[in-house]
Amino acid sequence: MAVCVAVIAKENYPLYIRSVPTESELKFHYMVHTSLDVVDEKISAMGKALVDQRELYLGLLYPTEDYKVSVFPNQLCRYGYVTNSKVKFVMVVDSSNTALRDNEIRSMFRKLHNSYTDVMCNPFYNPGDRIQSRAFDSMVTSMMVQVC
Amino acid sequence: MSPTQWDFPVELCCRPMAFVTLTGLDVVYNAVHRAVWDAFCANRRADRVPISFKVLPGDHEYPKCRPKRTSYEWYIPKGILKTGWMNKHLNLVPALVVVFYELDWDEPQWKEKQSECATRVEIVRLENAFYEHAQTYYYTEIRRVKSHKEFLNKTTHQLLFVRHQFKIAFFSELKQDTQNALKNYRTAYNLVHELRAHETNILEIKTMAGFINYKICRLCFQHNTPLDAIAQFRKHVDLCKKKIGSAELSFEHAAWMSKQFQAFGDLFDEAIKLGLTAIQTQNPGFYYQQAAYYAQERKQLAKALCHHEPSVTYPSPDPLETQTGVLDFYGQRSWRQGILSFDLSDPEKEKAGILAVQLKERSVVHSEIIITLLSNAVAQFKKYKCPRMKSHLMVQMGEEYYYAKDYTKALKLLDYVMCDYRSEGWWTLLTSILTTALKCSYLMAQLKDYITYSLELLGRASTLKDDQKSRIEKNLINVLMNESPDPEPDCDILAVKTAQKLWADRISLAGSNVFTIGVQDFVPFVQCKAKFHAPSFHVDVPVQFDIYLKADCPHPIRFSKLCVSFNNQEYNQFCVIEEASKASEVLENLTQGKMCLVPGKTRKFLFKFVAKTEDVGKKIEITSVDLVLGNEAGRCVVLSWQGGGGDAASAQEALQASRSFKRRPKLAAGEVHWDSVVGQASTMIISRVPNISVHLRHDPPALTNEMYCLLVTVESHEKTPIRDVKLTAGLKPGQDANLTQKTHVTLHGTELCDESYPALLTDIPVGDLHPGEQLEKMLYIRCGTVGSRMFLVYVSYLINTTIEEKEIICKCHKDETVTIETIFPFDVAVKFVSTKFEHLERVYADIPFLLMTDVLSASPWALTVISSELRLAPSMMPVDQLESQLDKVVLQTGESASECFCLRCPSTGNVEGGVATGHYIISWKRTSAMENIPAISTVITLPHVIVENIPLHVNADLPSFGRVRESLPVKYHLQNKTDLVQDVEVSVEPSDAFMFSGLKQVPIRLRILPGTEQEMLYNFYPLMAGYQQLPSLNINLLRFPNFTNQLLRRFIPTSIFVKRLAHPDLIRADVSSIF
Repeated sequence: MAVCVAVIAKENYPLYIRSVPTESELKFHYMVHTSLDVVDEKISAMGKALVDQRELYLGLLYPTEDYKVSVFPNQLCRYGYVTNSKVKFVMVVDSSNTALRDNEIRSMFRKLHNSYTDVMCNPFYNPGDRIQSRAFDSMVTSMMVQVC
Repeated sequence: MSPTQWDFPVELCCRPMAFVTLTGLDVVYNAVHRAVWDAFCANRRADRVPISFKVLPGDHEYPKCRPKRTSYEWYIPKGILKTGWMNKHLNLVPALVVVFYELDWDEPQWKEKQSECATRVEIVRLENAFYEHAQTYYYTEIRRVKSHKEFLNKTTHQLLFVRHQFKIAFFSELKQDTQNALKNYRTAYNLVHELRAHETNILEIKTMAGFINYKICRLCFQHNTPLDAIAQFRKHVDLCKKKIGSAELSFEHAAWMSKQFQAFGDLFDEAIKLGLTAIQTQNPGFYYQQAAYYAQERKQLAKALCHHEPSVTYPSPDPLETQTGVLDFYGQRSWRQGILSFDLSDPEKEKAGILAVQLKERSVVHSEIIITLLSNAVAQFKKYKCPRMKSHLMVQMGEEYYYAKDYTKALKLLDYVMCDYRSEGWWTLLTSILTTALKCSYLMAQLKDYITYSLELLGRASTLKDDQKSRIEKNLINVLMNESPDPEPDCDILAVKTAQKLWADRISLAGSNVFTIGVQDFVPFVQCKAKFHAPSFHVDVPVQFDIYLKADCPHPIRFSKLCVSFNNQEYNQFCVIEEASKASEVLENLTQGKMCLVPGKTRKFLFKFVAKTEDVGKKIEITSVDLVLGNEAGRCVVLSWQGGGGDAASAQEALQASRSFKRRPKLAAGEVHWDSVVGQASTMIISRVPNISVHLRHDPPALTNEMYCLLVTVESHEKTPIRDVKLTAGLKPGQDANLTQKTHVTLHGTELCDESYPALLTDIPVGDLHPGEQLEKMLYIRCGTVGSRMFLVYVSYLINTTIEEKEIICKCHKDETVTIETIFPFDVAVKFVSTKFEHLERVYADIPFLLMTDVLSASPWALTVISSELRLAPSMMPVDQLESQLDKVVLQTGESASECFCLRCPSTGNVEGGVATGHYIISWKRTSAMENIPAISTVITLPHVIVENIPLHVNADLPSFGRVRESLPVKYHLQNKTDLVQDVEVSVEPSDAFMFSGLKQVPIRLRILPGTEQEMLYNFYPLMAGYQQLPSLNINLLRFPNFTNQLLRRFIPTSIFVKRLAHPDLIRADVSSIF
């Protein structure tokens, strides 16, 4: 399941990042940040497509990082997703034990998107602020490995 | 770098080529031989067959062929591949030996030439022959190796399976049969992994697997199947990554893994240079990156495993030494070569060996390896549009330099990438980088850097915990007080010692202790906003603005000075807050002081100055706000905000704050929310509010070309006298440029102004005014075209006033604008009629006609027509006097005045568009205008008229009326207007109303000579009273059938009024006859 979930603003600053507490938080921040290279490239490649034909799911961003190195101890896959308002979701998934199918990833992103939409619908939330929502938090928790 | 244990041998990495030796050539002393040799080996291009040549003396001793085994039954191999084998077949054992033998024939000179010539020609053919021979040789070698296979068994000869397969593949490569080479290498690769692995032989297996994998990947790239190469490499990594081997030497595994990735990256990069295209997500950079990660792991493992006490000495004799200096087989341990048993026969020896390897590892400069790999990766990611990956790797490089204690380089790299993270708002990452940078600057005692990084680590972008911030703030304050800061945590102890000495030296150094730091490019712990109270200030009130400051550090901080700079530097002196405070007081009197910033609280500082009168109409901008921390006695840091404050993060924050509609909690009186302060870094200085009134009196609309009168009244309501009152009046600038040409303004209404008069009169001095006094000024405007215009009346004056106990002379001004419509005063209608007042489409040459003008007043005001004049074109002739009939006529709105002129147009040729008539000039003025105002002449161009020639003109002489039963003589004049003799038929039709004598009914014929006229006299005798139709005259021109009676009727009267008899009886009789 997911080991890191991030929501990135249109301007590419983080709105929300959460990773499993066992790993170094910093590494995941770097992982998410470097993923934006590919996300940006994919977004600019699909820029010409009509809005309603656009696929929000960007798929696997980098080839699976499955090398046994202490800094990335597991098989980690990074997936991306972009909303129509150019808010990006990046998810790092540990696939060392169970490989997830594309469909499962898609449905995880859809869940994330729905929850994000709920956050946006909150009249007290100012778009562009960091996301501090209990509902969103618990949804992300449900998607992450229960380590503790 | 010299090759290390982990580098692949050269003979593995080169491209194997058929080895051919040439003997019998003396390349040193014999020029011909030299030429032959050069022809073979110099400038070998890719299109020549792949052969590696070597010249050897004829008596060279080649490696002896060992007696070939006929049975493998008792043979136990000692390893997989001998270290010398590849080199032997590449460079020692030739596939072909070519013996050159010089034949001495008769003529040495001729022969020499011939041989030289022939050699050159034959080289290529010879070469191909050599190549074929070599191929045959390698083919037989492959056959020979294959033939051994049947003797092998799977239990004792497992190693030989791999060895033979490798040899077959290598010979295939030498034979240039890369397809088969690849196939055989793949088989060999699978066989390697079938070997029974144990801690003792795992290095040998991995080494061979690495070699074979390298060959496979290389051939795949060569065959342009990069995906196969990548797949093979992934498989290789998957199979090998868990084969760590001895835990005590696990750094070796990391080193080996690192090498695998690096070699693959090199192969990939090489393939790209030969034309392969890589992509963002699949480029050599990833492999270099992984190689770097393994190198980092190697470093960590080495640190953990090779951490021996200084008392531990390198074992003697050196277990890593071998008799020959090299290993017999690839990947074996020097202290137990050729031993296949999995049991360790000599544990002591093993221990010594491991210790030797560990101690050797200590001398490896890991950081250098890591940095090289990272920098390779950086170059790749830069190429493949991965800026963030590049930054990330540069951060790692910087950190590695930090570990390697090269702080200068570390700082350079970190500083370079910091702004990328800052601009994208990744504060966690920025904080991490800053923390390392702070350590570097501490260890080098780089004051300015140390202060800069501290400022940002204390700021709101920093994600450090409060205790850390607290520590940094304390250090910063120490530095400001000219003391040494405490060391940063987790620094190398030796480096800290050096640093402490450096810091101590810094203190004793006098001199430049002021550090100015431009903060707009980062996020310091003090925020600043400047706000003028208004977007503009009148020059007679003081300019006021606030500087808002907010500190984000954990503890209150004092500052010694706050000053503001402007685009006009003269104001700078008025905007300084300074407090002489001793350095030691920085932490005392924390909350009370005026010069103290309390964390989280917004402080407001009010500044006030009087603007210079020269700056009226100019913008005053804050160019910088400087906040000074510390003082010159210790160390001084000047935080300098460009413009009205703001740093790298404030723009985004302000945007978010402006979007937010959160209710802010209530604050105590006088306090403000930082987010609610919107900066305003510039203001306009505008002139003092005038206290005069300007009134305009006039009678619109203006009439074209008239001297339109505009009365300006200026009244002073000031308390003190005003002087130097000046008037600027006229057409408001900035309108249609054509209006400027057609509008003229003057103060003198008595003379008409012409083109030379300006459209705007500027700065007309009108003297001084006492309070309550007023003055009037008359302006005359002449508008040459119709349409609306904006007129400006601008009154300026000087007045002395006092502000803030300062006397200043203010220039005030007040302007009024008025839009005036200009209209044409008359509608003039012109028509041409015949002498019978019938409308004429055209006039006939030489025949009189009437020109009628109709002047309709369009002015709302009464106009007096002083006179009118008809100025005829040369082509027109007046028939009688052209006297004006409109002199002194007054026209009210909507009234019209008509005139009539009898004109004649002499015959002209056929003029296209008609003949010019001339101009009609009306001289007029407003009835209300004063006597001395000149009259205006309005010129109306009369329309052109078409003139037509007619062959015959007829006019009639007849009395103005007739009387019943009295003779009425009618004389017709028939004028021939042509140059021809005209034959004319004339007849008069009978009429009931008239009796007449003369020639009638029967047409009479007559001839009229050119230019002459014929008279026809008829005596009519009216029989009835009233309007009567005259007997119609019919004329028929034989030469001009177009001349109709219709046309004729235009010239001659067709009817006449017949009066009754004058006698009353007759009248009565006549009346009775009617009834």
